[in-house]
Amino acid sequence: MKRRAEVRRRARTGSAARLGLMAVPVAFFAVFFAYPVAAITARGLKADGVWRFGRIGDVLAQSDIRHVLWFTTWQALASTALTLLIALPGAYVFARFDFRGKQILRAVVTVPFVLPTVVVGTAFLALVGRGGLLDELWGVRLDTTVWAILLAHVFFNYAVVVRTVGGLWSQLDPRQEEAARVLGASRFAAWRKVTLPALGPAVAAAALMVFLFTFTSFGVVQILGGPTFSTLEVEIYRQTSEIFDLSTAAVLTLVQFVAVGAILAVHAWTVRRRETALRLVDASGTARRPRGAGQWALLAAVLGTIAVLLVLPLAVLVERSFDAPGFGYYKALTSDDSGIFLVPPIDAIGNSLQYALAATAIALLIGGLAAAALTRRDAGRFVRGFDALLMLPLGVSAVTVGFGFLIALDEPPLDLRSTWILVPLAQALVGVPFVVRTMLPVLRAVDGRLREAAAVLGASPWRVWREVDLPMVRRALLIAAGFAFAVSLGEFGATVFIARPDNPTLPVAVARLLGRAGELNYGQAMALSTILMVVCAVALLVLERLRTDRTGEF
Amino acid sequence: MRDTTPKPKRAPELTPRPESTPRPDPMLRLDGATVRFGGRAVLDAVGLDVTEHEIVCVLGPSGSGKSTLLRAVAGLQPLDDGRVFLDGRDLDGVPAHKRGVGLMFQDHQLFPQRDVGGNVAFGLRMHGDSKAQQAVRVQELLELVGLPGSHTRAVASLSGGEQQRVALARALAPRPRLLMLDEPLGQLDRSLRERLVVELRELFGELGTTVLAVTHDQGEAFALADRVVVMRDGRIAQSGTPLEVWQRPADEFVARFLGFENVVGATVSGEAADTPWGKVPVPSDAPQGEVTLLVRPAGVRLVPAAEGLRCTVAARTFRGTHVAVHLQPEDAPRLEAACALRDAPETGGEVGVTFDAAEIVVLGGARAA
Repeated sequence: MKRRAEVRRRARTGSAARLGLMAVPVAFFAVFFAYPVAAITARGLKADGVWRFGRIGDVLAQSDIRHVLWFTTWQALASTALTLLIALPGAYVFARFDFRGKQILRAVVTVPFVLPTVVVGTAFLALVGRGGLLDELWGVRLDTTVWAILLAHVFFNYAVVVRTVGGLWSQLDPRQEEAARVLGASRFAAWRKVTLPALGPAVAAAALMVFLFTFTSFGVVQILGGPTFSTLEVEIYRQTSEIFDLSTAAVLTLVQFVAVGAILAVHAWTVRRRETALRLVDASGTARRPRGAGQWALLAAVLGTIAVLLVLPLAVLVERSFDAPGFGYYKALTSDDSGIFLVPPIDAIGNSLQYALAATAIALLIGGLAAAALTRRDAGRFVRGFDALLMLPLGVSAVTVGFGFLIALDEPPLDLRSTWILVPLAQALVGVPFVVRTMLPVLRAVDGRLREAAAVLGASPWRVWREVDLPMVRRALLIAAGFAFAVSLGEFGATVFIARPDNPTLPVAVARLLGRAGELNYGQAMALSTILMVVCAVALLVLERLRTDRTGEF
Repeated sequence: MRDTTPKPKRAPELTPRPESTPRPDPMLRLDGATVRFGGRAVLDAVGLDVTEHEIVCVLGPSGSGKSTLLRAVAGLQPLDDGRVFLDGRDLDGVPAHKRGVGLMFQDHQLFPQRDVGGNVAFGLRMHGDSKAQQAVRVQELLELVGLPGSHTRAVASLSGGEQQRVALARALAPRPRLLMLDEPLGQLDRSLRERLVVELRELFGELGTTVLAVTHDQGEAFALADRVVVMRDGRIAQSGTPLEVWQRPADEFVARFLGFENVVGATVSGEAADTPWGKVPVPSDAPQGEVTLLVRPAGVRLVPAAEGLRCTVAARTFRGTHVAVHLQPEDAPRLEAACALRDAPETGGEVGVTFDAAEIVVLGGARAA
């Protein structure tokens, strides 16, 4: 019996190490996510010290709220399907074809994703709205239809699919498909039977992300939806900041929370069932020049889609920012006489970069620890539940998080309201799920026997992670860092609540400018958006460089 | 020897090492080692000793638990029961990286992002050797395994045999007390395998390395090992020198695993046994009654059809030094005979068979299904 006890003790030691890894992420989420969300929920549902859950039923019974729920769901499903349909060929082209300018194009594709939602909405308004490019050319207007929203969502999420799916795709061994071809499978059958199942987890992860972003879409819908279309997030914002009906906002937050939790639970289940140890190879060896008319046509079609859907709205945006003599809009950015801010709008660039760097560091630390804890296949149910929990900040209204920060972290012992770290903390909260989602599939695909080989040679668990896992996932880590950085730069919903007036971030500055009437303000917003776009593009190009420099080690 | 399975009775002249000779304390001792996967015992109360400088080869079909045995010793697989001692020290609770054993993996598992030198130096770095020490040792080992000057080569550019040598150098570099090899030559082609097994044996002899290897290839095991341990379903079926195991398989399972086909149930009375092939002579000291009988192919003598058991020649297989002739008697299991090249009968021909008592072994253990 003594032996049994020892075996159990050893099993406990293993889970203790895992819990130790998870302690930091868990504490982070408890303090900066659960606590603020709980605070705002209590603020909404508690009156005179008494919980009033009847409010939930009352709110859901309203027909306009039910309409919002229905629209939120179906537009998210439609956006996800449309994004996958348009972006999967793109993922294939980026993974398997080698062509000139591929690196720059990869960054170009990613830029839309990091743009503030407000700017994406405005860019599409300039393209398909009243007086927009299509209106001028052919008299076509889409801003009164749901198509403007769906296309903007595709614009926004194209990169999610290309990066998540394409990243893994480029590392799948093409010989697996060749083996199937030799066994008699047609080209398509080989793809469907061999590659698609291997891509399954990545496609599921990408689809989940797209669904969550579009389900909680805020800026895009607010600008392009007009009075007709409203998502839960827009409604929460409206209830919080316009009507000041905190209790309705709290109920909607809870509804969104439950819905997102359910989706994430299903997702965690599918991913767990399908994730297998994949044969990953050097990505640089899997791409080759397109061959034959079909492949060239596919490449042309993907390039055309990118040009029309991703580049054109941005081009219109840039064109409008220069639509004043002598760079008038840009010059106006350097003066602080507009009265909107306490500082020249141009200062927002420095603020944004500092915040984003801090947020990226926090997200990498928290997300890296969480991913390391989740990697082990013998992870228990508790750990797997934690996996799904990490995704929750993505699905919970950013507006709620921002507002929750304001009302929860404003008194001792956690009075962070006046410290600069508040903004990076909120942004990191949104970045962590990206880090975990990007790292986890690659970490899990590392052959466990390599770790064992290192252990037998005398490497402690920490050394094993540093010597075996880290070099293999460096690439994924860089991609994760890029995502976290980009998301932090573009984060709007939460930052708008907590950024101090004398330290605005770029998206907040853009939104403030857009909120003011007048051509100069509109033009300045366009100019600042253009600057943000350039900053993102430069950051991403640096990242792309890093990526290729290091691939030699694989 | 502490193997749990009872040994078959041996003819006196075939016992080279009397049981009474005191053996030195074993370097590695497994005591009732048990591993269960979902209720099924993959290792079932295995007891095994390995003495210093000894080369022990665990031989068994896939699924017999031999790889799990190595993983348990390396600390990669926790035991559900039993103990592992290295130099008398109980390894219970000692993590893999502190056990000081070496393990060469089946498919080498070289670190793909490091070059050859980086792979070999890995264990030295983990043990905190200085850069200079590492460089000296890496050079020494690469020379030892016949790859001098290949420090900077990429792992991906190595052939299968070169990978195997690098993996060996990597495992040897930290001077492990015990070196374990998991199917060390499994993925290499035959001629390379035969050459490398000789090299390995010489190398281990020179270095005085204590080795515990597992393989499913009997030729490899016999060529490499001082002692062979045959495993079946997580238990040790037989343990002995290659010669002992080859000449006196413990039971029908071992005999069939070694490739012997002529195994039947028989009833011994006196110096003859009743078998489906008729009366067969047995050694004079054979146990009486119901037994399992092995007739080595060399003990199947071919005579004119009228002078023995009448058989049809079903097939002939050329084996280099001899021809294996497959004979089909009427109403009895097939027999395999070993013939000199010029004596082998044509396929379809009729021959007679007699048996040579010297090549017949009475096996222990139950008759397998």
